[in-house]
Amino acid sequence: MTSDLISQLTSGALTSVALTERCLALIAQRDGAIGAFLHVDREDALKQAAEVDARRGRGEALGPLAGIPIAIKDVLCQTGQPTTCASRMLKSFVPPYDAHAVTKLKQAGAVLLGRANMDEFAMGSSCENSAYKVTRNPWNLDRTPGGSSGGSAAAVAGGMTPLSLGTDTGGSIRQPASFCGVVGMKPTYGRVSRYGLVAYASSLDQIGPFAPDVFGAAALLEAIEGHDPRDSTSVNRPAQGYTKTLEQPLAGLRVGVVREHFVEGLDADVAGATRQAIDVYKSLGATVVDISLPHSKYCIAAYYLIASCEASSNLARYDGVHYGHRAANFDGMIDMYAASRGEGFGEEVKRRIMLGTFALSSGYYEAYYLKALKVRRLIRQDFDKAFEQVDLIVSPVSPTPAFPLGSLTTDPLAMYLMDIYTISANLAGLPGISIPCGFSSDGLPIGLQLQAPPFEEERLLRAARMYEKATSWTRLAPTPAA
Amino acid sequence: MSDELTPDVVRRVARLSRLKLDEPQVAKLANELSKVLHYVDQLNELDVSNVEPMAHAIELTNVFRADDPRPSLPREAALSNAPRSDGKYFLVPPILDEK
Repeated sequence: MTSDLISQLTSGALTSVALTERCLALIAQRDGAIGAFLHVDREDALKQAAEVDARRGRGEALGPLAGIPIAIKDVLCQTGQPTTCASRMLKSFVPPYDAHAVTKLKQAGAVLLGRANMDEFAMGSSCENSAYKVTRNPWNLDRTPGGSSGGSAAAVAGGMTPLSLGTDTGGSIRQPASFCGVVGMKPTYGRVSRYGLVAYASSLDQIGPFAPDVFGAAALLEAIEGHDPRDSTSVNRPAQGYTKTLEQPLAGLRVGVVREHFVEGLDADVAGATRQAIDVYKSLGATVVDISLPHSKYCIAAYYLIASCEASSNLARYDGVHYGHRAANFDGMIDMYAASRGEGFGEEVKRRIMLGTFALSSGYYEAYYLKALKVRRLIRQDFDKAFEQVDLIVSPVSPTPAFPLGSLTTDPLAMYLMDIYTISANLAGLPGISIPCGFSSDGLPIGLQLQAPPFEEERLLRAARMYEKATSWTRLAPTPAA
Repeated sequence: MSDELTPDVVRRVARLSRLKLDEPQVAKLANELSKVLHYVDQLNELDVSNVEPMAHAIELTNVFRADDPRPSLPREAALSNAPRSDGKYFLVPPILDEK
């Protein structure tokens, strides 16, 4: 577990080089089958590890994650390392600067291990939209690891890295965490600076941790959060010190269960595991309150309009001029844009750019984009009302466990519907976490989602830890594939 | 609010999006996007006439910082990913008639 790893490194029982070598060996052994990584720079990782060991040897003060290898979703800029967003568009892009979260990890002493696969530009729920490779679920290689941060989740679940970073725009951390049986957390919008995060939908995107346990998620969030003037939506709030209070259970906890969540389409195993988890909270002294989020059913429609509109605007920057793919053959400037973008973007990205451009175009803006923004407020108001009655909302993460690879790729709408339980946290700007809560009858992990009011990450993590301590799900790992 | 998304509308939106699509792609997108638009039509069930739009989860306004000059990317780094460059500038095809 993460805290043991940190104490072994601190005490000198384990060197960072030995730990990093172990990760690299496991990547060499397992990642051919899993496909979690797009790029691993062995030499660079070992160099970072050796530096930490040397500094520790000299008795220097080290950061909280000193010597811990961390995989980075390929959407966060890292100086000198390819940052492709799993897109042909950015095939040869090597950023000249670090994302804020990457800078913070370097300051914390982490070893940046490699670049994790994802759905292209973070658009997708299965990792099948990557232009480079499909990532497979370490629990069952015929299943998806989820997406879009599927590589980050699979890398932790497959034991190839102790921790990883992902991003969550509509569930892209929580859903793969649930599919892969690890802990994944989306912080409150604004908690982590998005500087250097390649933008998909700017009002929804948020960076967050993957870990095998709640402590790891808390430690990683602690390392990357904080105000950054380079992202004007990053909030200036004092750090809460999650790892310090993690072991303190919450007394008098009121847990909300959403009436609208237990409906048709929810897998029986997932519903059962969620119900059992609610019983665990009851046995820990929590009061369970039946609540309603009346606008839940409109989340997906509002989300796909808002996210696609923002994406169509954000992805306008890929013009074949400053960086990214430029077509070899074209007829004039405008055609160069269109040809480069036509060749560089994959199908799902094109679909969302098209939907967004349409919904923002003259004559349709009010009917689609503006209406979605109004519904967004209704969704937020539902949560504000619910949180007058409860401290946390407990729900499924995804309506089903990890689905078979290829099963939803021909039906974009069916794929979108997989995000029904996670999307509202992005629209409302809430923190949410997925923690393992059981297995389906065919042996696939199931995740439990906890959501809290904005900026109540401390409450969220303490509540997650209460559950983790009372159960044993996070101590399980898949039998190594291959 | 939504009609079927015709291939003509798809071609117009593709032009606005600066996306070159071939005819099979146009047909496929017309079909897929029509389905998505049909799905999002459910938002019409709601009366939102008195609701303020919510563009951001945290409704911050006017975040200012001091206008202090800071070092910018060196030219070489800024040009390092350019598809075409002469070492000083980004190179683009001519945009004015050369005649």
